[in-house]
Amino acid sequence: MVELTYEPIDAGELFKSVVRPDCGGIVLFVGTVRDLTHGQRTLALEYEAYAGMAKKELQLIADEVQKRWPIGSMRAVHRLGKLAISDIAVAVVVSCPHRADAFDACRFVIDEIKKRVPIWKCDHTPDGAASWVHPGVTS
Amino acid sequence: MTVEVELFARLRDITGQHCVELTLQDGTLPELRRALQSRYPATEMVLRKSAIAVNESYAPESIVLKPGDRIAILPPVSGG
Repeated sequence: MVELTYEPIDAGELFKSVVRPDCGGIVLFVGTVRDLTHGQRTLALEYEAYAGMAKKELQLIADEVQKRWPIGSMRAVHRLGKLAISDIAVAVVVSCPHRADAFDACRFVIDEIKKRVPIWKCDHTPDGAASWVHPGVTS
Repeated sequence: MTVEVELFARLRDITGQHCVELTLQDGTLPELRRALQSRYPATEMVLRKSAIAVNESYAPESIVLKPGDRIAILPPVSGG
């Protein structure tokens, strides 16, 4: 249900895995590597995790979302390692009986991942520099 | 008490260490932060914004560490 992986994320497979006869609304969020970070060009992003805790936090988020919304099925996957522009870094997919719950639940999961799960990205720029992204800390 | 502390991302780059051993008297989190900062003064800015995990869960600032606890200092996260 929740996963960290060094392999490319297959969004189509994730989508298919949550299709259920009792769910008429499926929301899939896919986060990809963008070529600009605060106006600076990015060549690649490298993700690392405190893996044991990251999996636990992902599972806590999955448990919370299932308490708050009528979830049919959900998956959340975060990729680790070095990613190129447009590679998928994270994907969340949620199926619910109705669309409003699916949108809200999917939004909750991705927002909580970004807030709580101990994963960090290092921004590699074309001039060969690399800097860790820590929101709220000046670099 | 001696504790092993795991470091990530910029904290690991600043210190050059993924894991450091620190000696603490009381085992409080403020003491842990002071001990790391006095050994690696350049960690101050990141440390001030970092969370501390004990046994793979976010720890409240009031927690007291015990020998054998798995401790990690987590700079602000940036997944996604």
